[in-house]
Amino acid sequence: MENLMGFTSTAEVLRYLRQNSAAIGPEIILTIWAVGVLIVDLVNPLNKRFWLGLFSLLGIGFAGFNLYRLHGIEGTAFSQMVVLDPFAWFFKVIFLVAAALVVLISLKYLDIEEAQHGEYYALILFATIGMMFLASGIDLIMIFVGLELMAICEYVLTGYLKFRPRSAEAAMKFFLLGAFSTGILLYGMSLLYGLSGTTSLQGISDALSGVSSNQPALLLATILLVAGLGFKVAAVPFHMWAPDTFEGAPTTITAFISVGPKVAGIAVLLRIFVQSMETVRSDYTVLVALIAILTMVWGNVAAVTQNNVKRLLAYSSISHIGYVLVGVVAGPESNGVFAASYYLFAYAFMNLGTFAIVVLMRRQEIQGEEVNDFNGLFFKSPGVALLMLIFLAALAGIPPTAGFVAKFFIFSAVIDAYFRTTDSLMAVLAVIAGLTTIIALFYYWRIVKAMFLTEATDQVQTRLTPAMTAALVVTLVFTILVGIYPGPFVELARAAAAPLQ
Amino acid sequence: MEFFMKNILNIVCYLPLVGMFVLLFLRKENAIRWTANIFGWAGFLASLPLIFAYNNPRYLDTATGMRYLFRTDWIPSIGVQYYFGIDGISLLLILLTTLLGAIAIMSSWTAITTRVKEYYAFLLLMQTAMLGVFMALDFFLFYIFWEVMLVPMYFLIGIWGTERKLYSAIKFFLYTLAGSVLMLLGILALYFHHYSQTGTYTFEILQYHSISLPMELQQWIFLAFFIGFAIKVPMFPFHTWLPDAHTDAPTAGSVILAGVLLKMGTYGFVRLSLPIMPEATKFYLPYLMWLCLIGIIYGALVAMMQKDWKRLVAYSSVSHLGFAMLGVFAATPVAMQGGVLQMVNHGISTGALFLIVGIVYERRHTRMIAQYSGLSHVMPLYAAVFMIMTLSSIGMPALNGFIGEFMILQGTFAVDELRVYAIVAVSGIVLGAAYMLWLYQRTMFGKVEQPENERLADLNWREVFTFVPLIILAFWIGLYPATFLRYLDEPVNKVVERVRGPEFFRQAEKGVLARTPSNPAMAVPSR
Repeated sequence: MENLMGFTSTAEVLRYLRQNSAAIGPEIILTIWAVGVLIVDLVNPLNKRFWLGLFSLLGIGFAGFNLYRLHGIEGTAFSQMVVLDPFAWFFKVIFLVAAALVVLISLKYLDIEEAQHGEYYALILFATIGMMFLASGIDLIMIFVGLELMAICEYVLTGYLKFRPRSAEAAMKFFLLGAFSTGILLYGMSLLYGLSGTTSLQGISDALSGVSSNQPALLLATILLVAGLGFKVAAVPFHMWAPDTFEGAPTTITAFISVGPKVAGIAVLLRIFVQSMETVRSDYTVLVALIAILTMVWGNVAAVTQNNVKRLLAYSSISHIGYVLVGVVAGPESNGVFAASYYLFAYAFMNLGTFAIVVLMRRQEIQGEEVNDFNGLFFKSPGVALLMLIFLAALAGIPPTAGFVAKFFIFSAVIDAYFRTTDSLMAVLAVIAGLTTIIALFYYWRIVKAMFLTEATDQVQTRLTPAMTAALVVTLVFTILVGIYPGPFVELARAAAAPLQ
Repeated sequence: MEFFMKNILNIVCYLPLVGMFVLLFLRKENAIRWTANIFGWAGFLASLPLIFAYNNPRYLDTATGMRYLFRTDWIPSIGVQYYFGIDGISLLLILLTTLLGAIAIMSSWTAITTRVKEYYAFLLLMQTAMLGVFMALDFFLFYIFWEVMLVPMYFLIGIWGTERKLYSAIKFFLYTLAGSVLMLLGILALYFHHYSQTGTYTFEILQYHSISLPMELQQWIFLAFFIGFAIKVPMFPFHTWLPDAHTDAPTAGSVILAGVLLKMGTYGFVRLSLPIMPEATKFYLPYLMWLCLIGIIYGALVAMMQKDWKRLVAYSSVSHLGFAMLGVFAATPVAMQGGVLQMVNHGISTGALFLIVGIVYERRHTRMIAQYSGLSHVMPLYAAVFMIMTLSSIGMPALNGFIGEFMILQGTFAVDELRVYAIVAVSGIVLGAAYMLWLYQRTMFGKVEQPENERLADLNWREVFTFVPLIILAFWIGLYPATFLRYLDEPVNKVVERVRGPEFFRQAEKGVLARTPSNPAMAVPSR
């Protein structure tokens, strides 16, 4: 320790670490656990790969418990690199829940696909750690490291079934476009650093507050950041990787990347723009609004013609990001951050529930990915079909489900913003957001039609394992509870949005 | 009893939902049918105390004029309440819903033989959603019930319908959803405007009945609501989903669609559009009236040309609802009472007409008018019921349709600038008589030309029983409408006063434009 960071003795270093590590307790637990999973897999004392999943779940559980104990505690750590605030806390909850659910739905799926278990769970845990750092990072370096940790794990996971050409192709596309977008993002970040001389979000905010918003470098930085993050959350026109990746990836990983990176991307977007780019508010608002419109319209329109359910859900998840971006445009004064957070929370449950059922449709000989594969599902497994109906209704925003309340808050935010600013852009956004939900209903209902109104084409039953049942119960309960009793979740999301006001 | 009366709206609303859950545990088809019928009629019986205790001051909230209130916070941070309450307008529509719901369930006994359990489950779920719409006094709650109803209706048409059922089902779903999404945006605009004026967040509908909105905003919100309700009613030119949905739905689905679902749109106008946006209503009045007139005449003309019996009845709905809307938009006490009464009348007569088509369709599996003739020889009882309902539908005096149409025309005619609309609207009655009587003549009179029709069975006891309540009501309203109208005085006067302003009543102390006198029997005794 040659005085590199101002430490004079090893004891001081240790004290520093002890004081700061509390803020990232869950991340530390997960890291230990992820390494543990790799070791357990190597040693394999239980000789039953199934236990690896449960072992990972246990880790997520511990991390969750630790996170729970951190509720209400605020502060920064590691020299203003990470922050512990309700915003980070809220998003970390989403990531842990998503990771746990994905592990639950993977247990049987991996056996069917005859894939290795060990690295799989470790990679999921590492990706989750990346996301959690994204939610709590308040420094561009930290954000970038988190982003890469998450992204690289996901590239690998997408290509996890490496002998399937589809999976390998998906991973390749995801990786190339992902790397490309990382470059763009990094360019934007470096411009921001050049302008402000610091990588800390607070520092950037202070440095930019006096700068004219017309400065070309600043505008360029804004555009590059929006584009780079647009890639990560798959917003139109940066969405091209999503349908292919979603279709080719193992379904469980599709479920994971339809929630994790998108939620994390939005969290970063909110942090960077709302917290430190107030100067260019009007510029990025217009930019994001345009992207939101394109995303809602194209995401929904393109989904209509898809016959592959995973592809359909890819476009559907693109369109959902469009609605979240509407919340971002509405801005913190109109509870836009709250609406976006609430939306993502609801979206995590209903989307994972939907994917859980797509995973369930994958049976020994049957791929179960086409809309036609859902034909007559109601006659074969009425319970599963009813669950799928509820999840799809939630995605379409039909009350009384989580999806409705989430859309309701987005609409509220943008209309409030219209009354506040009398900017007709907001009214346009509201109307487009409203009308595109009708298109959305049409394609979700194609699956419903297949399940309930069409004769079955095969007689292969779906088999519920206990883990799958647990995942379905959790997603179902929250999909409905967030819809009919939103009170406590509203409070959580309100608290989460507060630091960015 | 005390508990029952305190929670009566909740009980009436959720009894069908309870029935739905009970059904899920049953296996035998007949057990399912019996249970569904029991819950259907129990729902109707449970709703009857709403009338008997209507004047009881214990259940009246004097501040709002609403009765049987049930309110509790739901999402306090944004001002959403769980708030039920009814006035005279909703009372009549609720009773219509519980009655038609029970009748629809009973009429399906032999008509539905596949997927029986799901069928009744969806019917009962519909029932809860529709009742909720008429009871909700909170926008959020109102909207939830309004939307929930779409899902079971989609399945009712899509699974048990006929011909192009999948097309009709999704068309119905998308059309109504389009309307309701715009309505949601309108609601939110109201909500935030209300906040900017008063500083409180609330979705309570009655709070908005006294709000004053700037004209431009009012016009936009009116349009947003208008599209939502006009699709539901349906008013020309938003009616194109209706013939498809009505024709392809199973009989009970058509009865519910025509009898209750369409009333949600008209109810929306009376409860929301008019009292919340009175100036915009007046601004758009000429256009609205013309749309009603086009609906009346166009619906009748198209009905006349139909070869399909059920499609004819469906188009007649467009025409009849045009009348009801004319009365509502005229916004004079008599016309609006007539309009609301006509909603009930239409539920009774058109509901019955759909049942009538359903009965021959169940026996012959065709709805082509050309396939039937001389049925009165084979099915005399059936022909008699059909006659009564035909006359009720075309507004024959002594039957319910007459009262409604007469009040609408009288109330409209009394206002100078609306007189022309009343004159044009009369032609609708003539056309209505033409297509209905021609239908009757073609199907019931003459010789039996199709050999299949010679052995058609007449109504059985169950079918007779489905019609009895409707026939009684048709005569009751036709002969002594005061029983029903007295519930409408107070709420209708309130809406009219809001639209026309208090001076309206002062200028028109006498004559048909005056406030309809409060029925002495309805006066609330002071404690």
